[in-house]
Amino acid sequence: MLPRRLVPLAAIGALLVLIPLIALASRVDWASFWPLVTSEASLASLLLSLRTATIAAALCLLLGVPLGVALHRARFRGASFARAVVLAPLVLPPVVGGLALLYAFGRRGLLGGTLEAFGVEIAFTTAAVVMAQTFVALPFMVLAVESALSSRTGRHEAIAATLGARPWTVFRRVTLPALGPALATGTVLAFARAVGEFGATLTFAGSLQGVTRTAPLEIYLAREADPGAAVALGVVLVVVAIVVVGATFRRAAAG
Amino acid sequence: MTGPRRPRAAASASLMLLAALSLSACTAADAGTEPTSGAAVAPQTVTVLAAASLTDVFTEIADDFEAAHPGVKVSLSFAGSSTLAEQVLEGAPADVLATANGATMAQVADQIGTDPQIFATNTLTIAVPSGDPAGIGGLADLTRDDVRLVVCAPQVPCGAATQKVADAEGVTLSPVSEESNVTDVLGKVASGEADAGIVYVTDLARADGVEQVALDGADAAVNLYPITSLPGGDGRPTSLADAFVQAVLSDAGQAVLARAGFGAP
Repeated sequence: MLPRRLVPLAAIGALLVLIPLIALASRVDWASFWPLVTSEASLASLLLSLRTATIAAALCLLLGVPLGVALHRARFRGASFARAVVLAPLVLPPVVGGLALLYAFGRRGLLGGTLEAFGVEIAFTTAAVVMAQTFVALPFMVLAVESALSSRTGRHEAIAATLGARPWTVFRRVTLPALGPALATGTVLAFARAVGEFGATLTFAGSLQGVTRTAPLEIYLAREADPGAAVALGVVLVVVAIVVVGATFRRAAAG
Repeated sequence: MTGPRRPRAAASASLMLLAALSLSACTAADAGTEPTSGAAVAPQTVTVLAAASLTDVFTEIADDFEAAHPGVKVSLSFAGSSTLAEQVLEGAPADVLATANGATMAQVADQIGTDPQIFATNTLTIAVPSGDPAGIGGLADLTRDDVRLVVCAPQVPCGAATQKVADAEGVTLSPVSEESNVTDVLGKVASGEADAGIVYVTDLARADGVEQVALDGADAAVNLYPITSLPGGDGRPTSLADAFVQAVLSDAGQAVLARAGFGAP
């Protein structure tokens, strides 16, 4: 039972989220909604967002799982500090993330000269968008993996080891299957975060239609000349966010 | 805070009350700008919304204004012109609005009935990183294949102006990025990511790490800056709001603008 005195505060909390979303929907010119979201600029930005966010989510899966496992197993001094650093992009202001990426991989950045020597230029390319999205989305995967591992006793892994399985076999045959639901949640959340990425992309990748201008950047730009298009595209992103997170939670509740 | 410990619910409730109180305090301060409230000792406030490119000059003019009007506080808020227009039209409590382009101001003036005046002009120029590593000599160099050019998107005023100049000179620009504002263009030039960018003369004057290269045909797009006082609760601007507008238009105000690179109206 929900204690009665929590009800008003819970209601205020719910309204704080709900009212702005309703207000956003109330400003949509539904008659022109479809033409607005299927305009060349809107479609280009949405397709770019879906493409880059999918790659970013895949990269989070590829890099975040090993990183999450490593942080979970880490027993060295300063392990909790390392964990905090890895999770920092979760709470960093987006523009700070963009500046950090710029100072690392930009032309005059820490690695920029080396990359340029190899003929690799990142800024103003779709690759820069994917990097920015992966940077901000990775912590979601790491957190999902870590918390799933923390809820396991490790008994099955120990048994498998006594039966002669090598660490890689134990990981592949025992740990990974058990992590399945957590990986699904982590991937979906990483995808959703990547779709919503704005500040780091703006600072690091630039904004050119079809190349680096993702849906959030298109919304920011459309506000200047065509607020109706910005609202319409914004509603599309809200729907994407709700559907994606909804799917995750249904899975979590079922699992 | 050394008060007794209270339950969490009460604490958050008092937090909300505090927020509500500070909100109403703002309203009270705005009401204080009415000339009728002569007896009140509360400081009077003029809230000025101005385009981001006016940050330095309006801060200086506001300081002078406060010095000339004891007991008056100028509250400045800077953002992109369209953001400011949006705020005003959504009912943000403001006394003066100064934008960086006529179209945005016209939109506001039409809806709430004000009479804007032009107080400054601005023209475009080419910004390159210090030392000009790509060797940019003028507009023609911006079309070179090896030059990474960044401009404002055509949807925003500086981008529309850039387009106008390029059209007037018969040049087709192919930028690697179209930014939403001048600050982002300058940032990418100053950091060396871009070889060149097109910005306003005044933006360049207050940026580090960049140099100016003259832009041929810049006269094709002279940008006008309008200012207006906004009607308050009784449907009329306060006398302080009008006074601030006059301060910007005055010789002293114009001198501050000229020092920052703005042209005369």
